[in-house]
Amino acid sequence: MSIPTRSFVLAGFAGILLVSSGLQASGNAAAPPDPAYVQECGSCHAAYPPRRLSGASWQAVLAGLDKHFSVDASLDPKIFTEISAYLNSQAGRQETASADGRPLLRITETRWFRHEHDEVPEAAWKRPAVKSPSNCGACHTAADQGRYSEHGVRIPQ
Amino acid sequence: MRKLLFLTLFAGLPAHAEQPTDFLDSFAAEARQTDPAYAGFDAKRGERFFGARHQGDWSCSSCHTANPVQAGRHQVTGKTIAPLAPSANPERFTRPEKVEKWFRRNCKDVLKRACTPQEKGDVLTYLISLGR
Repeated sequence: MSIPTRSFVLAGFAGILLVSSGLQASGNAAAPPDPAYVQECGSCHAAYPPRRLSGASWQAVLAGLDKHFSVDASLDPKIFTEISAYLNSQAGRQETASADGRPLLRITETRWFRHEHDEVPEAAWKRPAVKSPSNCGACHTAADQGRYSEHGVRIPQ
Repeated sequence: MRKLLFLTLFAGLPAHAEQPTDFLDSFAAEARQTDPAYAGFDAKRGERFFGARHQGDWSCSSCHTANPVQAGRHQVTGKTIAPLAPSANPERFTRPEKVEKWFRRNCKDVLKRACTPQEKGDVLTYLISLGR
């Protein structure tokens, strides 16, 4: 191999390194840690913060994925195991259950959620740009990056 | 030498990335095996299928809109869905595992059954035809 060709090949390698590190930097810097969770559970709704439901609630959600709030959200068995382990390890310590003791399936029904959102006017939930309380990103502008701080809240008018 | 350079340049790319038309080929192969009446895919038929409710509450276009070069919206959660047409969103129809997953889930939601290779091929032909 002549020297100029070798330099060309090395330049090719350097180019690949630059491109791949660039992709990482612009990608999911502040995303929640489990990429499978974000990919599988964050397509139809925000990748909800796992700590907002108890382990029992997450297990109940996972047990019904084939009819998940009227849509099929079933997972490949290997990914199911990974996401299940992630949610178990990150679940909230406090119980999230209904009055009759059954695990809640919706974060929006927890005491915590209702308390945090008690100043949001009823009409705001029904605005077309919001549509549903599960549409976190409608008001929490950084929900896609897993950030829900009040500074990022813009309620659509 | 040229071969080495080629391997070097592609070593860093993710595996299994495909073109939308690759999926047409595999749907066609499947259709030829399972459907004696198969005679190719049709964008118009795909468009009609995409907009039809199939005796249920939803059509494909309920979430992906009747003009899938535009962003859609999930009918239950309200979350924005990136455009489905490959011309508007080059990530679409490049990953076999995603294509398999979303057809499996969404056909069950819209049609209460799996889609046939003919239906998938027609819809993809329609989507590829958009915005070109």
